[in-house]
Amino acid sequence: MEMNQYLDMFIEESKEHIQAINDNLLVLENDPESVDLINEIFRSAHTLKGMAATMGFEDMAALTHEMENVLDQARNHKLVINSDIMDVIFKCVDLLETMLYSIAGGGDGKENVSHVVAMLQAILSGDFSPSAEEEVSEVAVEAVSVPEAEEQQKVGSLDEYELTVVEQSQQTGFYAYWIKTSVQDNCVLKAARAYMVYDNLDSLGEIIKTTPSVEEIEEEKFEKSFEIVLLTKETIEKVEKTVLNVSEIESVEVIVIDPKQYKTQQAPAKAPEAKPIAAKPVAVKEGAAKEEKAATVNKKPAASKTIRVDIERLDVLMNLFSELVIDRGRLEQLARESGQSELMETVEHMSRISGDLQSIILTMRMVPVEQVFNRFPRMVRDLAKDLNKKINLEIIGAETELDRTVIDEIGDPLVHLLRNSLDHGVESAEARIAAGKPEEGLVQLKAYHGGNHVFIEVKDDGAGINREKVLAKSIERGIVTEQGAANLSNKQIDELLFASGLSTADKISDVSGRGVGLDVVKTKIESLGGAVGIDSTPGAGTTFLIQLPLTLSIISAMLVQVEDEKFAVPLSSIIETAVFTPDEIMHAHQQDVIDFRGRIVPLVSLKSIFNIPDTEKPKESDISVVIVRKGDKMAGLVVDSFIGQQEIVLKSLGKYLVNVFAISGATILGDGQVALIIDCNALIK
Amino acid sequence: MLDHKDIVEEIKVIVFRLKDEEYGVEVNQVKSIERLEHITRVPRTPYFVKGVINMRGIVTPIVDLRRRFGLEEAVYSETTRVIIVAVGEIEVGLIVDSANDVIDIPINAIEPPPEVVGGIEAVYLRGVAKLNRRLLILLNLDKVLNTDEIKQLENIEA
Repeated sequence: MEMNQYLDMFIEESKEHIQAINDNLLVLENDPESVDLINEIFRSAHTLKGMAATMGFEDMAALTHEMENVLDQARNHKLVINSDIMDVIFKCVDLLETMLYSIAGGGDGKENVSHVVAMLQAILSGDFSPSAEEEVSEVAVEAVSVPEAEEQQKVGSLDEYELTVVEQSQQTGFYAYWIKTSVQDNCVLKAARAYMVYDNLDSLGEIIKTTPSVEEIEEEKFEKSFEIVLLTKETIEKVEKTVLNVSEIESVEVIVIDPKQYKTQQAPAKAPEAKPIAAKPVAVKEGAAKEEKAATVNKKPAASKTIRVDIERLDVLMNLFSELVIDRGRLEQLARESGQSELMETVEHMSRISGDLQSIILTMRMVPVEQVFNRFPRMVRDLAKDLNKKINLEIIGAETELDRTVIDEIGDPLVHLLRNSLDHGVESAEARIAAGKPEEGLVQLKAYHGGNHVFIEVKDDGAGINREKVLAKSIERGIVTEQGAANLSNKQIDELLFASGLSTADKISDVSGRGVGLDVVKTKIESLGGAVGIDSTPGAGTTFLIQLPLTLSIISAMLVQVEDEKFAVPLSSIIETAVFTPDEIMHAHQQDVIDFRGRIVPLVSLKSIFNIPDTEKPKESDISVVIVRKGDKMAGLVVDSFIGQQEIVLKSLGKYLVNVFAISGATILGDGQVALIIDCNALIK
Repeated sequence: MLDHKDIVEEIKVIVFRLKDEEYGVEVNQVKSIERLEHITRVPRTPYFVKGVINMRGIVTPIVDLRRRFGLEEAVYSETTRVIIVAVGEIEVGLIVDSANDVIDIPINAIEPPPEVVGGIEAVYLRGVAKLNRRLLILLNLDKVLNTDEIKQLENIEA
């Protein structure tokens, strides 16, 4: 079988299972008695094992197998999960993750599992009981031979009549096989597949029983697998092959029915006579079969109606659509110029439809932040343990959706911020009690939508930022001068944490308590077109607020004109547009300023800052200003006129022109010309 | 059977004019030749960067080759062309006086660049090809499009 094509799927699904185990383990930690949870974890581990074994990743399979044994003991109440066992299982999961990443990176997924396996086995034997020991010894040989008696147990109930038929046919040289067939999860026409299996088997001999009944199978009234009892002279191999010849069959399990053994199983009175049976039963992929059993116990989650799409395909779609948006702009312009009402109506209609299309494509790329958030409970748990702090992580709004490309990038900055909150924000238990706070610190991770943005908050109820120390350190590092420091507001002091000089300081944690790599966070988030702010109250805690754009490829912008040149100003940076008369312009320290709602806002002339050639066109005496902001700071961009608001497609300037001052990219306008996008952040010091 | 002596390695070049000389760039580095259309100026870039154009949806920087080589500037005319070249990940349009020929040059006709050719620094040249009475200057695009120079210019301005 060609495995490569399944590798991606394997990696994706394994990731999900590992994540599920992680999540459930965290819940289990608070509720160690819950058999449901253990079952859930067991199932994930079991599936993982099956998949790893199928794909030939032996170490992974072996480790999950051992883990499964421990879980099995736990769910059968032979073992009580305590925090030590928990740690070992977490270690397992980490190891599995490492292996998976190795596999994903093209490696062979081999890891030294002996240590963890030894620990798992110690757990099993530590809770010594005959049954446990049996379990362990079985482990070693399990894949090779399962006790036959157990096999016979799997065979569904046969009534007296069926049993007689089996017995009689055996005397005439027929074998009776119990055949369990599992179809693939993504099998489209289960009933049709089942019929083909039935039909193929029927050609080999006589089918005397199916579970569920033939009618039910035809009506697709079975989960994933069905059982058939077949009388035939063919070998097990032949039967297996016959079933597997049908496509979309995941696995088949064939067991020879031994009426004598069967009877002793059904009426357990005497010790079972070990009587060899005709052919050795072979369990093909018994993992899948077992899982099926487990799945029927607990209701299987409803099959979600989703498909996996390669993100690159979506990118291509997005790019093509961007072209369409550009042409749409062009068409709109042409239609307006032509003045033909029919053309205008058609174009308008097209605009509306493509607008809908645009939002659909955008939402297709949206994934819940949960994908990033779900790794944090585990991280916080471990970190809290390392730091010897009690921390309760609250996650709010995990369902908030963000563009996939943003999601991929946002993980690391969040890790930084969370670590910061845990390490430096939340105080030690003693300090908290002394301060009259609950012993357990609260760290909140919250995501929500707001306008065209998604906000993510990392909030702690710790001691807040020690501004004196931050200041002292900043002065020491030369980030601010002593005089400058005196004039800083509290907020500005807090913002110093994002200064790059501060973060490079080693051992910053014992000085200011904050600033470990926070400049990295800021740079990263700004590179995503977002912003990060900080809000701290001494004694009450600190909040980091991250603002992110919903998407990175199409944005709303205000087009402005200066002389002959057009520029786009992202709407996200604009506060508003305003027109001032010349006598409203004031001067402060060689700088033109205006009074904007009681605030003094400096004016920036785009013409002079971009050296725009003068066309000597007659100008209006009023001055058009776009008020933009960067954080709390504002500036007024002086332009000749406002063209209007438009959706624009972000285009890069390419690799040749890099770091052009105050230009973050370009876009193509309706007339096919290129307009530059102004980076307001660069214009405001 | 071909006689091996007859097989001479050749390179295909696009021939363009700059001032009164003929230049060549290898055809596999050329993506297309376009007429000069509206250029959007990009402020605060080196003086030889004329700006950017919309190349079928891709924003492409435009370099005035005369300016790049320090030649006297010419008024753009009907024959002015933009040669879109791609070197590695960099894609740039070069403004030339005219472009109208594609020829094959035997490798052995290429000679190393003379120290001074039309005022253009030898570092930008790959060599000179002598074809009968025609002299063709082959450009070394890697050097012509080297962004280090842009970065240096930036630093000077800063």
